[in-house]
Amino acid sequence: MPIANKDVTWVEEPEIGFWEATFLPAIFAGLKTTVRHVTHFQPVTEQFPEEKPTLPLHYRGVHRLNRDDQGRVKCVACMMCATACPARCITIEGAQAPWEDRDKYPSSFVIDELRCIYCGMCEEACPVDAIEMTHLYDLTGFSREEMIFDKEKLLGVFDQTKDSGRDPVRTQRGRLGPASDFEGLPALAPATSVRGDDRSARSVTAGVIQGTAVMESSWEQINEKIEKK
Amino acid sequence: MSSMIPTLMTLAADAVPAAPAAVSVVDLVKAQLPTLITIGAALGAVLGAVSYLIYVERKLAAFMQDRIGPNRVGPWGLLQPIADGAKFILKEDVIPAYVDRALFLLAPCIAALTTMLAFAVVPFGPVDNAPSFHRFVIVPNVDIGIVFIFAIGSLAVYGIILGGWASNNKYSALGSLRASAQVISYEIPLGMSVLGIALLGGTLNLEKILMNQAIGGIGSWYFWTQPLACLIFFVAALAESNRLPFDLVECEQELVGGFHTEYSSMKFALFFLAEYTHVITISFLTVILFFGGWHFPGIAEPGTAGFGPMLLKLGVLMSKVFAVIIVIMLLRWTIPRFRFDQLMGLAWKVLIPLSMANVVAVMTVLQFGWSTWWLTLTSVGLFMAAGFIGVQQAQVALNQGTRRAKSKDHGPVAHAH
Repeated sequence: MPIANKDVTWVEEPEIGFWEATFLPAIFAGLKTTVRHVTHFQPVTEQFPEEKPTLPLHYRGVHRLNRDDQGRVKCVACMMCATACPARCITIEGAQAPWEDRDKYPSSFVIDELRCIYCGMCEEACPVDAIEMTHLYDLTGFSREEMIFDKEKLLGVFDQTKDSGRDPVRTQRGRLGPASDFEGLPALAPATSVRGDDRSARSVTAGVIQGTAVMESSWEQINEKIEKK
Repeated sequence: MSSMIPTLMTLAADAVPAAPAAVSVVDLVKAQLPTLITIGAALGAVLGAVSYLIYVERKLAAFMQDRIGPNRVGPWGLLQPIADGAKFILKEDVIPAYVDRALFLLAPCIAALTTMLAFAVVPFGPVDNAPSFHRFVIVPNVDIGIVFIFAIGSLAVYGIILGGWASNNKYSALGSLRASAQVISYEIPLGMSVLGIALLGGTLNLEKILMNQAIGGIGSWYFWTQPLACLIFFVAALAESNRLPFDLVECEQELVGGFHTEYSSMKFALFFLAEYTHVITISFLTVILFFGGWHFPGIAEPGTAGFGPMLLKLGVLMSKVFAVIIVIMLLRWTIPRFRFDQLMGLAWKVLIPLSMANVVAVMTVLQFGWSTWWLTLTSVGLFMAAGFIGVQQAQVALNQGTRRAKSKDHGPVAHAH
């Protein structure tokens, strides 16, 4: 569509007088500006290795794996971060959790920091606030292997940064996140069937198909629970 | 040069009648000892000055851009030039496969050699009462000093042209083409602007021109009678040495670097050594031709002899030259680079007519024996005339633009200009 004539602002060039035509006043004005910068010298630069910048709070630096209040890794190996990751730099191997409050935990959790694009999608995807990005930005290493961070190293980043003041543990301090909160969640829709000896089958929880033999009782319990609310 | 010729003749006379060769060589060395010492001193001074001028320029550029500049090597980055030099020497010297090898190697040498050769006749200190072992000019009493400098100095552009051509690279060749067009244009106003001084002083000898001004006092500095020539000379000299705002030869945005794109390490450094030597030479010329050289009333007067006055004169000259160099550096960050047609237009439509008119004015004044102060008036008049012509031209262009804007007849589609 052509631009309507009324939408166009026509700017006229300024009149050029004698002094403008000789260029000299413009040059002297320019010289005045440049000289002023020398005489009123106020550098805006930062002397980097000596002066560290104060980064904004939402800065996305090196990842860390958070610990819960018992010092265990918070991650439940749900693979959400690895799925969300556009650079596919997260490799998780899940295993049966040795602890009561969750099913799985990561037996290995590896982030290739060289492949990572620091987009923060993993942080957003994580349902238990286990993976977070810190303010560490000057990440360097002598080899590629050094830049592949395993679980211990990522937990080490947590230990290093949790008390720095700039990287607080943001939510759900100590506890696992809402995804592991089996009690509070009502079943909104059936999703999958589970074995009878599975803990989720025994407890009142989401994601259970009504009609499987073991589930009848728990489904009633759920309905009761919803009615109470 | 006049002192060299007898020596050469003695050498010839000694050599031809089978005289003992050793004696003549010793004689030659003895006779040329002051020259050799001066060459050594001048070359060392110029090279040292160039490396530290680059430091000064980088610092100044940084200050103007609200930065700090080099500050890592040594205190305040003072050892930066040495680090840069070491880097240039130690870096790999790449010669691309498809270059014209001979010319490619020759080009930086020509650039450096010619600019340094041009410096040979520039008196870089008080020549009249200098100590015998050191006389502040490599070749004293050259009666064609100015012509020599312009002739040799403009050869430096061959280094650029050959370098760009030999690189076998389209962008480098474009840079070289620009250099050749630029040098053809700016040689003319450069020479013409100095012609007035040559006529006024009756000499082309730089030392005599300097002495004329020193003896006459501050009122006889040629700047007062030839201000327009000074302006033209300065602009043309900037263009001659490819400094901003006239560095179209090496504009990175358009030419991927320019004539030196294919050059690396010391060969690259030689080009910039040449450029800075050229800057030093034109600064010396500006000071000697228009601002009285080492003369300054009350501080450095002619006729004083001895070590103290000599140092004073040297200091005055160096301060003036340094001031001119600083102005050149300030201009670099003040005026944006010219477009090529603007560059050509400035030379052919403004500088050349003005300098010609100036020469005519000088000749008229000398012919009729009028006071030279009329030349100041003429200069101002010429400058004003140029300004009014400029206004007229701008007004014509503006009227055309305005007519189009005011007619309200843009049609359905408005063009965003």
